[in-house]
Amino acid sequence: MTDALLELQDVAITYAARGGEVEAVRRLSLRLEPGEALGLVGESGCGKSTVALSIVRYLGRTGRIARGRILFEGRDLATIGDAELRALRGRRIAMVYQDPMASLNPVMTVGRQLMEVPMIHDGAGADAARRRALAMLGEVKLSDPEAVMDRYPHQLSGGQQQRIVIAMALIAEPALLIMDEPTTGLDVTVEAAVLDLVRDLRRRHRSAIVFISHNLGTVARVCDRIGVMYRGELVEDGPVRRIFGDPRHPYTRGLLDCLPTLGRDKRHAPLVPIPGHLESSHARPSGCGFAARCVHVEPARCTVTPIPLAPIDGDTGHRAACVRATELPVWSRRRAEAPAASAAVASAALVTTEHLGKLYRPRGGLFGRRRPGVRALSDVDLGAGRRQTLAIVGESGCGKSTLAKVLAGIEVASEGRVSLDGIEIGRLGVDARDRQLKRRLQMVFQNPDSTLNPSHTVGYAIGRALRRLRGGAPADAAAGVARLLEVVKLSPAMAGRRPRQLSGGEKQRVAIARALAGDPDVIVADEPVSALDVSVQAAIVNLLAELQAAHGTTLIFISHDLAVVRYLADHVAVMYLGAVAEFGPVERVFAPPWHPYTEALLSAVPVPDPDAAGARIVLEGVVPRATERPRGCPFATRCPRKVGAVCEDTPPPVQRLADGHRLACHIPPAELQRLQSMIGAR
Amino acid sequence: MTPTPATAEVLVVPAPVAARRRARGWWRRLTAVGDSTPATVGVAVILFWLTMAALAPVVAPYAPNATDLAALAHTTPSKAHWLGTDHLGRDLLSRILWGARPVLVIAPLAVLGATALGCLLGLAAGYKGGWIDLVVTRACDIVLSFPVIILYMIILTHFGSSAWNIIGVLTLTKAPIIARIVRGLTLDLREREYVTAAKMRGESSLYIMFVEILPNARGPLIVDMCLRTGYNIIIIGVLGFLGIGLPPPDPDWGGMVKDTYGMMMVWPHMALVPCAAISSLVVGFNLLAVGLREIGLRD
Repeated sequence: MTDALLELQDVAITYAARGGEVEAVRRLSLRLEPGEALGLVGESGCGKSTVALSIVRYLGRTGRIARGRILFEGRDLATIGDAELRALRGRRIAMVYQDPMASLNPVMTVGRQLMEVPMIHDGAGADAARRRALAMLGEVKLSDPEAVMDRYPHQLSGGQQQRIVIAMALIAEPALLIMDEPTTGLDVTVEAAVLDLVRDLRRRHRSAIVFISHNLGTVARVCDRIGVMYRGELVEDGPVRRIFGDPRHPYTRGLLDCLPTLGRDKRHAPLVPIPGHLESSHARPSGCGFAARCVHVEPARCTVTPIPLAPIDGDTGHRAACVRATELPVWSRRRAEAPAASAAVASAALVTTEHLGKLYRPRGGLFGRRRPGVRALSDVDLGAGRRQTLAIVGESGCGKSTLAKVLAGIEVASEGRVSLDGIEIGRLGVDARDRQLKRRLQMVFQNPDSTLNPSHTVGYAIGRALRRLRGGAPADAAAGVARLLEVVKLSPAMAGRRPRQLSGGEKQRVAIARALAGDPDVIVADEPVSALDVSVQAAIVNLLAELQAAHGTTLIFISHDLAVVRYLADHVAVMYLGAVAEFGPVERVFAPPWHPYTEALLSAVPVPDPDAAGARIVLEGVVPRATERPRGCPFATRCPRKVGAVCEDTPPPVQRLADGHRLACHIPPAELQRLQSMIGAR
Repeated sequence: MTPTPATAEVLVVPAPVAARRRARGWWRRLTAVGDSTPATVGVAVILFWLTMAALAPVVAPYAPNATDLAALAHTTPSKAHWLGTDHLGRDLLSRILWGARPVLVIAPLAVLGATALGCLLGLAAGYKGGWIDLVVTRACDIVLSFPVIILYMIILTHFGSSAWNIIGVLTLTKAPIIARIVRGLTLDLREREYVTAAKMRGESSLYIMFVEILPNARGPLIVDMCLRTGYNIIIIGVLGFLGIGLPPPDPDWGGMVKDTYGMMMVWPHMALVPCAAISSLVVGFNLLAVGLREIGLRD
């Protein structure tokens, strides 16, 4: 056995809180060999970030390592002095955090910040440091490193910023790189590029990596080994192929079962959410921490004594903290048997947009200088039938939220038409809509923390919506609140709670209940699950699908997550820079021929399968600013399949295919089909 | 008795539970003051003065305006006059206790007035924007750029000095500050998704401003109200010192300083005792504000 680079031995970490200490991590043991990449996954609150912070002892004033040893190259990081620790941080151990903007100094050029690292840690001269910084910028694949050196962080895109942070971390050639959700804030195509970069750099620099993520797809792409955490304990760890191929702990299986993938939809292979929710760390049961939510629980064996992480016979390096690890039935990935034949039954469109455009005109300055307007939407033609789900996907800045706002009346269209059941609503701001119209179209928002008023109780929030949208006496409203809470699978007793007493998933359920108060025909949901944990996300997505089936609501579902869209949608519109790139029934959009942008998006989706190939298409460059829209095809500046000047100069024709499937591209569909089938469909 | 549907029953039961929970919530919030040392000290000082003011008729050893000619020979603190007497032989302790009364009524009332007016203006400016915002912010700027002392002198000498007039000027001059704070908070809060949700169910602007936005601005507002009360106490003192405070002969802390500061070299206690009273009360409100901010940050 070689010497481990990092070894955690029976580590417990506590935070001081009002009313005693809370154990965020307890009994955690793991080892990391030099050059190895370990992924730590789990829901929020499972202690994975605490583990990462404890390695560099950044636990703040309230946190402390209560027990155990953290050995790095043989030295115990839990006890060494501050000077020694400082010498390790940055030079031997580097960290990359989720928000790159917070890691970069806004008043210093990125070049200066990069040069600081070798100058401080290795005593390098300014020239040598500059050479190393330039070489490193080349390695993280930033084009034109010389120019980037002189930029300030705010002049770079999020993806570029994260590359700079990675360059800063690697420039000192650390033995250990800790990455805490490094791609969570990034768009899928950028995320794919950053993950490929990490994988590539690992090979070259031989740094060991601790990669923390809530997304099983991203860890599968970069890691050799996976550790699954639950309530401050490691419940399973092993080589990445074993964890994804033969998970033994019920929690790991639960995480995999509730993860939407491109091969699943609501009619085939439904998502299975993990029952219950992560309880607080205060009252920890004596036995298995997961027992309360486990479907395989056996009271006598699981809940009495703590379950240690034990090796699995005949499976080297694979450990699970479950007494039933070897007796559970074989797990297999759920996926749709056969690609569904057009399951979306064509129905009369309830909501349609025709040539919808939205132009934000800045107000003229004092001297009447006219600045160019921002075109957020242009020529959007969409339709959503009754009882159907229309999903709108695209990266940030593609106009999907603007479209939601126009539908909801928060913004008004500047061109074209929007109709709801034949009524023109595009120019009707929300104040101009009558009660009936407001009742018929409601909205569910993205951020669970701001969707409910923190000063109002759940009962008040829903009751008020009932009274405003339905009318009726307050007494009836009380009964209605109880009924709506049951519809979204919450206890009617929750009516008295305030938002801060609810979890993110519960808040989102209340928000859905509030939207349902008027029994709407259309619900516009703007990224309703993107801020939630995977297991909670699965439950909410299922709830939306169920409610739609029960109430016959039309759902306009806005998302950046293609897997969720694949799962939930009947029709999909892929948007880029305010224009619809591709639109059609979900099976058509997710099968070739694709619009080149759809193809890039699909290839970038992190797949929770270590054997899946990396992104085949990595998009270069950044989305052009909305003020600088290309004259021709909006995607022309980044399109890997650009055919020539025609793409830049002429807007692409809309090519109509079967089943109302259409895409806006200069390349004929047959040609696209040929090009794309050469690589093979995923 | 008429049969009631089962659901109604379910909903009737939790009502007292909810009331109890609400009561517990208030109690919890009150006791949270005890978690912060500055807040506890601040509350103690304020409660001390409130009690003294309320019980002045009982605890004050003399009538506030009663002169003790015998004491004039020895105005310094003595057994008969614990804090001494002023230059007219009036008992300082009694005058301080009685003097706490107008201060503790006028300062909070003026703050309430300024907060009410400021909230109204700030909410309208922040939520409505456009020309309302322009007019309100400019008007506030004008009031704030005016040398307030001169403003007080003009108004109070013109309309005469009375408790109500003092409350009036304090309200008018402090409201712009509150309006600015509320406007800033509103600009942030109006972008929250729950405000959009309220618009989507057709709530009026008044409802959104007062029911959706204002309750969420209360944290910083309450802290500011405490600070503002302290500042008002200082201003009331200043007005008294300038001779445009409460009309004599009833005791007024600022007036007491004005009457006796000329004798500072000889009998310093006559001016220092009311000064100390003003300071302690101001410090009390400031400590409470600091503590409340601390508690707010922690939650």
